[in-house]
Amino acid sequence: MYGRVRALVIKELLAVLRDRQSRIALVMPPILMLTIFAFAATLEVKSVDLAVLNQDGGQASIELIQRFAGAPFFTNVFFLHGVQEIAPALENERAMAVLVFDQTFSRDVAAGRPARVQMLLDGRRSNTAQIVQGYASRILERYTQDLAERHDLPGPPATLTARNWFNPNLDYLWYTVPNLIGLLSMSVGLLVTSLSVARERELGTYDQLLVTPLSPREILAGKTIPAMIMGLAEGFLITAVAIGCFRIPFAGSFPVLAASLFLFMLSVVGFGLFISSVCNTQQQAILGTFTFMIPAALLSGFATPIETMPEFLQIVSLANPLRHFLVAIRGILLKAMPFPMVLETIWPLVPIAAVTLTLAGWFFRKGLK
Amino acid sequence: MNARIARRLAAIMVKESLQILRDPSSILIGFILPVFLTLLSGYSTNLDLTNLPVGLVLEDTSPEARSLAAAFSASTAFDVHPGRDRREFAEDLTRGRLRGLVVIPQTFGRDLSRADASVPFQVIADGSEPNTATFLQNYAQGVWLSWMEIRAENNGQTFTRAVELVPRTWFNQELLSLNGLLPGGMAINLTLIGALLTALVVAREWERGTMEALLATPIGPLELLAGKLIPYFVLGLGALFICMVITLAVFHVPYRGSVSALLVVSSVFLISALNLGLFISTAAKNQFVASQIAILSAFLPSYFLSGYVFEPSGMPLAVRLLTHVIAAKYYVSCLKTLFLAGDAWPLLWPNIGGMAAIAAVLLGLTLLKTRRRVA
Repeated sequence: MYGRVRALVIKELLAVLRDRQSRIALVMPPILMLTIFAFAATLEVKSVDLAVLNQDGGQASIELIQRFAGAPFFTNVFFLHGVQEIAPALENERAMAVLVFDQTFSRDVAAGRPARVQMLLDGRRSNTAQIVQGYASRILERYTQDLAERHDLPGPPATLTARNWFNPNLDYLWYTVPNLIGLLSMSVGLLVTSLSVARERELGTYDQLLVTPLSPREILAGKTIPAMIMGLAEGFLITAVAIGCFRIPFAGSFPVLAASLFLFMLSVVGFGLFISSVCNTQQQAILGTFTFMIPAALLSGFATPIETMPEFLQIVSLANPLRHFLVAIRGILLKAMPFPMVLETIWPLVPIAAVTLTLAGWFFRKGLK
Repeated sequence: MNARIARRLAAIMVKESLQILRDPSSILIGFILPVFLTLLSGYSTNLDLTNLPVGLVLEDTSPEARSLAAAFSASTAFDVHPGRDRREFAEDLTRGRLRGLVVIPQTFGRDLSRADASVPFQVIADGSEPNTATFLQNYAQGVWLSWMEIRAENNGQTFTRAVELVPRTWFNQELLSLNGLLPGGMAINLTLIGALLTALVVAREWERGTMEALLATPIGPLELLAGKLIPYFVLGLGALFICMVITLAVFHVPYRGSVSALLVVSSVFLISALNLGLFISTAAKNQFVASQIAILSAFLPSYFLSGYVFEPSGMPLAVRLLTHVIAAKYYVSCLKTLFLAGDAWPLLWPNIGGMAAIAAVLLGLTLLKTRRRVA
């Protein structure tokens, strides 16, 4: 049995790796995607265009505008010359936000009356709007404190000290790169497996495989092992690039990472082989992979957090291997998550792999009919 | 002459339409996937963070400390888990069960009563998810400021908040992220139909050799391309209609533009996507390579580089330049504006121009490649 499986493993590896174009297709696109998407997949807000309508012209408003212009966050601050210019500026995306000082602003500040600054935000970009608003209110808060100090008034007594653990400077790359390790390893793992059976069915070589002495279980092993070898190699390559080129911290331990990557790839290969086993043509397999990949990416907690999803989708997402792996990989790389805690997160990968591989093996046999 | 062109064109279009209707994979991409994707992204993509699980460490038992703790518990932004020791919570933060900690120190009540002392009151966020961390800090700041205000008023003082920011959001007053995400998601659906489906179908024609057979007929290359594109164009508009109905009826996203503007913008985008699909299929050797290129050059960029979720303004210059050759970027901008702001033509025209330029370049490349491939 060992020899038969070994022969099949070698055949499968050769089928993919013999072709130069396929070898390149396995290595280059994931690295390229990692580089581009690591910088693209960011919800960070920087270089904001801010329009100012100053109907006041007094000292206080000018000082405050200078503070906004001096903040690195607002790279482009420009002036509007009338209320009628507000709507076009926002509508045509010339400005993300408009700061409006009314005529009495500086007088109110000088007299110690509460003064108001209006900020109009572009709600089409709702996430950015909220971050810009938070940033602006912090500038005003600091200004209020300075005013209080200048006039010897008691300022707000307590200050809020904000701190971020695991990623003190909130570097966005530390978030996207670990997530991309999961997403890209999954896409390569699916790519290698989902076509393997469908291609043989389409070309007719699958029937030849079935008439060999190999049992369905041996065929399953012969298809799983090479996919695992390639998928794991890919996963380690991407992780190495992430740590070597992107300087993502590696706080945890390597054996823990290897164990989680192994379980993750096993469940991904399970899904890939299952898709492949129910498809008759390559085109069906490609579309099937796609229909699996999109929900898996959406329900992984990468772009949007899981806890904001409705209850039933949170339950559906439990069957998604990527969801469990992303928590583990972020934990291992950034938080030095210890092994028992990692196990707590990734144990669902074991039943996922068991179910998908069993189903795949069962559908392999259907080819005999 | 014209009648002959029309007849040839009609023949190709009938052939393509029949092929679409008889092929289950076309039906899957053209009708089922738009419904599935719109519903799924409508329910799953939500950036509006409420009920963030945070641990509240109350080291002080003074009335002020307890009142601040109550203010955090009452806020809808947080789902507060109270405790007395911050080490208890550190593990849950590592596990990802908590998004942050709020620490009210032992000296809080005492320091608060002294006018000059600054009270170190701490908010610790899980920085491994930076966007959530930013929101957590902003929300905490908000709770803190309003608590201070109420406290000052209760003590009969006026709170010295000399300058106040009055924010107002246009186009999307409740700041629902879904209102921007769903219109943008339509661009992804149309990319799938335009680029992926066309690439697969035409690549199959090359793979099986039927493309050469078509080229050997009296049809000219331009007529052939047009005859192939028009049925998929109609399919794309059908998918657009499906997405619109779900977006408006199920998720109640407002639509403030005109129907004609939507049709103009979507048509130009579809033409550029279809041309991309045609170009991919002409350049690729087989269906497998075509599908890989379509996913790499059309689907993934339309997700990551279009401004659908991730804003180009936050990206480094090189990546931002790259977004300019992605047609979906212009389309997403148009869609968000049409849905939430209305017909802002000064914004729409440059975007239409961008998409048209991309379409023209792709069409030229396809014609060049088709001729060379046959020769």
